[in-house]
Amino acid sequence: MSPREIAIVSYASLLAVPGEPQRDEVELLLPVVTEAVARSGIPKRELGFTVSGSCDYLGGRPFSFVMALDAIGAWPPIAESHVEMDGAFALYEAWVRLQCGDVDSALVYAFGRSTQGDLGRVLAQQLDPYTLSPLWPDDTALAALQARALLDRGRVSERDFAAVAARTRGGDADELVQRPYTVAPLRAHDRGTVADGAAAVVLAAGDLARKVCKRPAWIRGIDHRIEQHQLGQRDLTRSVSTALAGERAGVGKGPVDVAELYAPYTHQELILREALGLGEGVEVNPSGGALAAHPLMVAGLSRFGEAAERIIDGSANRAVAHATSGPCLQQNLVAVLEAAP
Amino acid sequence: MSDASKPAKKDADGEVRRIKAPVKLDYTVTAGLALSRFLKGVTAGKLLGQRCGVCSKVYVPPRGGCPTCGVGMGEQVEVKDTGTLTTFCIVNVPFEGQTMKLPYVYGLIALDGADNALHHLILAPPEEVRMGMRLRAEWVPPESRPASMEAIRWFVPTGEPDAPWDSYKEHL
Amino acid sequence: MSGRACAITGIGQTKHASKRDDVSIAGLCREAALRALEDAGLSFADIDAVVIGKAPDMFEGVMMPELYLADALGAVGKPMMRVHTAGSVGGSTAIVAAHLISSGVHERVLTVSFEKQSESDAMWALSHKYPFQPPLMAGAGGFFAPIVRSYIKRSGAPLDTGIAVAVKDRLHALKNPYAHLTLPEISNDMVKASPMLWDPIRYLETCPSSDGACALVLTSAQAARRAPGKPAWVRGTSMRTEPAVFAGRDQVSPRAGRECAADVYRQAGVSNPSKQIDVAEIYVPFSWFEPMWLENLGFAEVNQGWQKTMDGSTALGGALPINPSGGVLSSNPIGASGMLRFAEAAMQVRGQAGAHQVDGARMALGHAYGGASQFFSMWIVSSERE
Repeated sequence: MSPREIAIVSYASLLAVPGEPQRDEVELLLPVVTEAVARSGIPKRELGFTVSGSCDYLGGRPFSFVMALDAIGAWPPIAESHVEMDGAFALYEAWVRLQCGDVDSALVYAFGRSTQGDLGRVLAQQLDPYTLSPLWPDDTALAALQARALLDRGRVSERDFAAVAARTRGGDADELVQRPYTVAPLRAHDRGTVADGAAAVVLAAGDLARKVCKRPAWIRGIDHRIEQHQLGQRDLTRSVSTALAGERAGVGKGPVDVAELYAPYTHQELILREALGLGEGVEVNPSGGALAAHPLMVAGLSRFGEAAERIIDGSANRAVAHATSGPCLQQNLVAVLEAAP
Repeated sequence: MSDASKPAKKDADGEVRRIKAPVKLDYTVTAGLALSRFLKGVTAGKLLGQRCGVCSKVYVPPRGGCPTCGVGMGEQVEVKDTGTLTTFCIVNVPFEGQTMKLPYVYGLIALDGADNALHHLILAPPEEVRMGMRLRAEWVPPESRPASMEAIRWFVPTGEPDAPWDSYKEHL
Repeated sequence: MSGRACAITGIGQTKHASKRDDVSIAGLCREAALRALEDAGLSFADIDAVVIGKAPDMFEGVMMPELYLADALGAVGKPMMRVHTAGSVGGSTAIVAAHLISSGVHERVLTVSFEKQSESDAMWALSHKYPFQPPLMAGAGGFFAPIVRSYIKRSGAPLDTGIAVAVKDRLHALKNPYAHLTLPEISNDMVKASPMLWDPIRYLETCPSSDGACALVLTSAQAARRAPGKPAWVRGTSMRTEPAVFAGRDQVSPRAGRECAADVYRQAGVSNPSKQIDVAEIYVPFSWFEPMWLENLGFAEVNQGWQKTMDGSTALGGALPINPSGGVLSSNPIGASGMLRFAEAAMQVRGQAGAHQVDGARMALGHAYGGASQFFSMWIVSSERE
C-alpha cells in the first residue's frame, strides 16, 4: 500500500525570546492557530482532525493541554488527540491519521513555555527515575558529556561548535571560542536560548492540498526512531536513530536544498548533519533553529513548519525537517518535504 | 541538599523495594492578559468579565479565548457579586492545602450577568445548601485582598427565595 | 473503520493492586507487555512500533516516560510514541496504535498503558495549590460530585442507584483474577454505611487508586493469520473532544460523548446499540456514571439510564452486561483504565474472559472518558472481521 499524498499547506508560529512576560498559553497559541488556519484556506470547522503536543512539566501543572483547547474553540466537538511530546510527533500522528483515508485535513499545534521553571532541573525529570533522575544531572551537563565524546573522536573542534553558533545566531567564531566555558567543553553560545512559543501547521491530502496551496510541501517520507535511554549504552558521537529515520524517510534519494534540524546544542547539529549525510552545500537552519529560540515541545514542529515554508515560498524544492526528544538526541524524527508530489 | 534521596530502607528480608527521591521544582507562572485584568479588578472589589464578540457570551473570569469560538474575547463587562448556586459538593475528604474545616461545601455559581458558572466555596451549614440557592460574595477586606480568586473568601446565602430551575438548568 | 482491517491478537494486563512494590514502572509495563506478546505468539523483536499512554506525568514524577521505557519495552531502533488525553488516554492510545495498522504504516504494533500511582501522590498532582485560585476540592471526586448531583436532580433517579452499581461491579470483580478490589462481603448496606466523601459520592462508590498496566498487540489481517489464537477485529474507532468550560455546556451528557458514540456505531454498522452490542466496558470511576453513560451512549433514553441499572439489565446475565470485569470501580491504574476497557471488550468477543465471560458475545464496546467529561475515546470490536 503506497502512502497517501499528504502536504503541509500552512504554518504559523510565535516565538518569545527570552520568554513571554504577559500572555498565557492560550493567548500565545490563539493568534498562531488562527493564522495557520486562515493561511490554509480550509475553514476551521472542516478540518478533519486536530492533534497537539505539549508537556505538563514545563508549567508544573497537570492537564495543561486541556486549558489550551480554548485557543481552538473545540465546538461543535472535534476529533482530537494529544501527545505529551514535541508537536512534531503530533504531526506524525496526524500524518498517520490522514493515511487512513477518511479525513483529508488536520490541524497540528504545539505550545511550550519553557521559561517558567529552571529547565535544567525540569529536564532531569526525564531521566530514569530510579538511577539517574535522583542525581539531578541537568541537560547541559549531559550534552557536555556528548560534546566531550565528540571532541575526543577527533574530527571536530570547539571552534566548529562556535562556527555553528556564529552562523545561526551571529557573532564571530574565532571570538566566541575564546569565551569562558559554562559547562566545559560547552560555552553559553553552544546552548539554545530557552524561550516560550507556539506553532501550528495545517496538513492536507492530495487534491485538497493542491486546491488550497500553490506549492504544497509534500511529505515524501517520514519516520522516527528511539535509542537506548542510558547514555552509557550508546555511542553519543553518532545518532543512529537519526540515520535510520533519515534513510527510511528517503533523505539520500535526492539533493537537499535546506534542512531544519532540531539541535538544542551546537555540537548536536554536527552529529545530525553527519547522521543525515548532509553535505556542505546544504543550507542548515536558516531560521536560526533551536539555538536562536528553544521553546520545548514547539521547536520540533517549528522545524517542520520552517522547512515547509521554504517549499511553499518557492525558495527550495527539497527540504529535510528533523525533531528530537530526550537527553543527547535519544529519539529522532525525520521527514523529507518536496515541491513535487 | 534538599534534593538528596533519602537512604534506602531495607525490608525485613533484606531487599530494597522503594527509594525516596523528593522533587522540588519552582515555577514562575504568568496569569495571562485576560486573567491579569480580572485579578486587578478583584483587588478593587470588582468582577470584570469579557463578552465574546462572536457568540456574545460573558465569561467570568475572562479566558484567553472564547472556548467555543476560538477567538479572543471582546468587550469588558462588570458583573454582580451575587449569583445562583447551580450545583455543589459537600467535601468530607482532607487534603493538603485545605483551608476549610470539614465538612464544607463548594459549588458552581452562575453570577448575575455571566454566562458561565465559577467554582467557589460556600459558607453555610451543608444540610441547608440547595441547588438554586441565591448567594453573594464575601470579600476579603480591601487592605488584605490578594490578586486571586481568594479575594472572595467564600459565598454566603442572601436569604432571597431560590432561583427557579429554568433560570440555571443550562449551567449543569 | 477506514483503511485496512486491524486485528487484536494479544491482550495482557497486570494484577492490579494499590502498591506493586515488587516491580519498577518498567517492570509493571513489561508484565502486561509480555503477557500480550505471549498471547499473540510474538516477541519484542517481531514488533514494528510501540505506542504508550498514561495520565499526567506528575502521577509518577517521570517526565515523558517513553524515554526511560524505550529499553524495557523493546522499542530501541523502532518508532515509539506517547499519547496523553487525560482519563481517556488508555482508549486513545489503543486507537493511535490501531491507526498505525489501518493506515498501512505497520504490521505489528505493541501498545501499553500504565499508571503506578503508588510512586507519587495522584491526589496531590490533581489538587495542589495553583496561583490565583483558592483550594476548593479534593481530587477528581470533588470535581465530579456536583455533576452527579445535577444528574440526580435532572433524572429523578432513586438515591440508591449509585449503591447498586457499586455492589454490582464489585461482585463482577470477584470473577476477575486481575482485579484490584476483592470485596466478597460487598452489599448495599456496606456501601451505604461507607463514608460520604464528596456528597453525593460515598467511599465505596468511588474507584480505588491502583498500580497497573495493560497491553495489546494489534496487527494487520495478514499478520493475524499467524496468530495462535482467535483475533478480535476492530470495527470502529472514534475520539471526540469539547472544551472543559463553556456557557450552556451539558456536563451530565456531553455532546462530545454522544457524537463519539454515533461515529463509532456508524463505522460498525450499529443502528440499535442495545440490541446489537452484547457487552460494554465503560469508564465508570464513580458509580453514578453508569446510568449517566448509558444515556450518553444511547443504551437508554434521557433520564432513564438508572432504570436499566436498577432492574439488573447491566449485571452479568442481564440484557446488557456493563463492566463484567468489575470496571474502573474495581481497578483504576488511571492511564491504563481506558485501555483495560478496550482490552476487556476484546477479551469478551474472543471468548477469553473466563469467569466473567458473557456467553456468545460477538460485538462489544470499549469506552473511556477524561478531563472534565470532555475527552471521549471508543472502539467497537467484534469476533467477525466484516
